[in-house]
Amino acid sequence: MAFELVVVGTSLGGLSALRNMLRSLPRDFPTAIAIVQHRHKDSDIALTAFLQQFTSLPVGEVEDKTQILPGHVYMAPANYHLLVEPGIFSLSTDEPVSYARPSIDVLLESAADAYGERLIGVLLTGANQDGVQGLAAVKARGGATIVQSPETAECPVLPQAAIASVSVDQVLPLSAITAHLIHLCSPAGR
Amino acid sequence: MVLEKSVLGPEDIEVRLLVDRVYQLYGYDFRNYAAASLKRRIRNFLRMEGLASIAELQRCVLQDRACVERLLLGLTVNTTAMFRDPSFYVAFREQVVPILRTYPFIRIWHAGCSTGQEVYSMAILLQETGIYHRCRIYATDTNEQVLQTARNGIYPQSQMQEYTQLYLKAGGSRSFSEYYTASHGSAILRPALRQHVVFGLHNLVTDGSFNEFNVILCRNVLIYFNQTLQNQVHKLFYSSLCKFGILGLGKQETLRFTAYEHQYEPLVRIEKLYRRRD
Repeated sequence: MAFELVVVGTSLGGLSALRNMLRSLPRDFPTAIAIVQHRHKDSDIALTAFLQQFTSLPVGEVEDKTQILPGHVYMAPANYHLLVEPGIFSLSTDEPVSYARPSIDVLLESAADAYGERLIGVLLTGANQDGVQGLAAVKARGGATIVQSPETAECPVLPQAAIASVSVDQVLPLSAITAHLIHLCSPAGR
Repeated sequence: MVLEKSVLGPEDIEVRLLVDRVYQLYGYDFRNYAAASLKRRIRNFLRMEGLASIAELQRCVLQDRACVERLLLGLTVNTTAMFRDPSFYVAFREQVVPILRTYPFIRIWHAGCSTGQEVYSMAILLQETGIYHRCRIYATDTNEQVLQTARNGIYPQSQMQEYTQLYLKAGGSRSFSEYYTASHGSAILRPALRQHVVFGLHNLVTDGSFNEFNVILCRNVLIYFNQTLQNQVHKLFYSSLCKFGILGLGKQETLRFTAYEHQYEPLVRIEKLYRRRD
């Protein structure tokens, strides 16, 4: 069964990591990508506009019930949790999880529920544990798990915590993560 | 294709059974709530109550009315703040108020008002623009407990600093402290602010229209509903709005994925302010 969704979580240092990741994805990358980057609750859509400069894949901030389309990049909006349902996104303003809204755990756990083994979970640089439980859920539901190698992460706390508590499929430097995603999402990838 | 994707897991089936049970026994209808966030809140509720499984919660729901009340609160989200999303109020002041000035009498429905902060914010805006005396705000929610808080208009004083900042960003023209009296750690809003507000119980899922309105505000409520229920509520809103009436949704909500997209035109696109076509 092919992968249909990639979910990515990052906090501190995420901006440059995401830029590098998106920059090296080909314009015909076939899978949808959803991203939680921890951000201030008042931040505007500048993040989306910033990332769009580095990729020809369409990058957009999610509105409630946005359809999940292949080859699109979806950003969690500031001050909302981003959740995945089969084929669509939904949003919530439930309490922050580990002080974060959007929370990486919320995205990854709901995506694991909805996409199971058709899901790839990726954790990049980050300064706290938000994302670890989510990655465990991805793993438990049969999805693929990838974590940025701590020594290449601007902030190694999140990658280290993930590696310590989840038996992660791949621990890779950032440059290799993109290549691996391209491989996994190609027709021969699985 | 979509059907194939949404094969229900055991937990989804348990959730379905639970909400069916709650509906049959008590008439509260969560059956068309957005599944992912509903499941999340049920899991949180189990943790808070120290229950091991949804099956155990089912038994509590059957026997323990107090548990049901807590569950109802646990399943609804009451995140709110005065002048939440201040740019919305700026747009309302600049783009909507001039339209409202043309009406002799203005009826506003604030659907899903939670603990009332956004209702009072609107009352302040209307007062500062000099039209509040011509307005009546119908502020509704499904939950009597949060409505009581809304009626009281008393909030922790610790929040006033944040609210003051938001008030200023929202284009407020006075000193925010004029609107409340501080007392023992609480901020008591001026009773005059609710002079033209009627708070009442209304359930968007099960109740119908109760008036014709010039403005309907429903912000960050519909995100908790699935698309079937969203369409049902949009039908209710459409039929409750007068011609050229105004609909305000939450910042990340849109009519685009609903059946009512073409019944409205955007008034301020980015703030999700729409105007009903005739």
